[in-house]
Amino acid sequence: MLELLLFAVPAGLVILGALIVIFAKNPVHNSMGLVLTLASLAIIYITLNATFVAMVQMLVYAGAVMTLFLFVIMMIGVDKPEQTREEIKGQTLLVSGTLFILIGLVSFVIINSGFKWDLYFPAVEYSLEGTPDLIAASLFTEWVLPFEIISILLIVATAAAIALAYDTKVRKPK
Amino acid sequence: MIEVSTDWYLTLAAILFSIGFIGMMIRRNALIMFMCIELMLNSVNLTFITASKHFGTIEGQISVFFVLVVAAAEVVVGLAIIVSIFKKQSSASVDLLRTSRG
Repeated sequence: MLELLLFAVPAGLVILGALIVIFAKNPVHNSMGLVLTLASLAIIYITLNATFVAMVQMLVYAGAVMTLFLFVIMMIGVDKPEQTREEIKGQTLLVSGTLFILIGLVSFVIINSGFKWDLYFPAVEYSLEGTPDLIAASLFTEWVLPFEIISILLIVATAAAIALAYDTKVRKPK
Repeated sequence: MIEVSTDWYLTLAAILFSIGFIGMMIRRNALIMFMCIELMLNSVNLTFITASKHFGTIEGQISVFFVLVVAAAEVVVGLAIIVSIFKKQSSASVDLLRTSRG
């Protein structure tokens, strides 16, 4: 019962937050919905034994990335109403229809296969706790090359952001 | 007694991805489209962690870190682009973006 509750409540909050993200009119509300989704996902990660990932999720996503989003929202203003005229006729209807057909097809295939997913890929009996030392032991030995490449990516992204946002007109002439 | 199995988490991830996709398609504010990309990336992370639990390996959780870093880099560059677009046309609507049209 507790296990079910620990899944159902955060899962409901995840979906609620996601719906706020796509339907709220005020960008600040959208970003708060995203915070709700990310925090609830962190709870689900804990129930999935990924404790370190849950912590990083809170720090990086709900902390740093959302702060960045709020900075930009405050910078470009929240009081402008979104333009609602459709450039492509029936865009919203078309998207919803396509997605419903897609979801229908996928669920048809899943139901037809009779939920036998677990038989083909059996779950393991033991549970693995995602502690920092276990993650580090794998990250810094087996995955050290991707790790270094990703650090280059971060540096390039930082430089690109500075180059994009830098306003040359502000600079005083000599 | 209902047991919470792997399928439930995968279904949640699929729902989250679909919501992100719908938002990406129906909203025109570039910022909100970015948030929808974040939703989709998070659903992928949930799938990774579910698989990590299901198969009892740590690689799924390590992949999540890489996705996290790529998402952070993408947000930084994307928001910088939005800010520089906003300086030009004082709107973040993607429909008004015609500068890169051939």
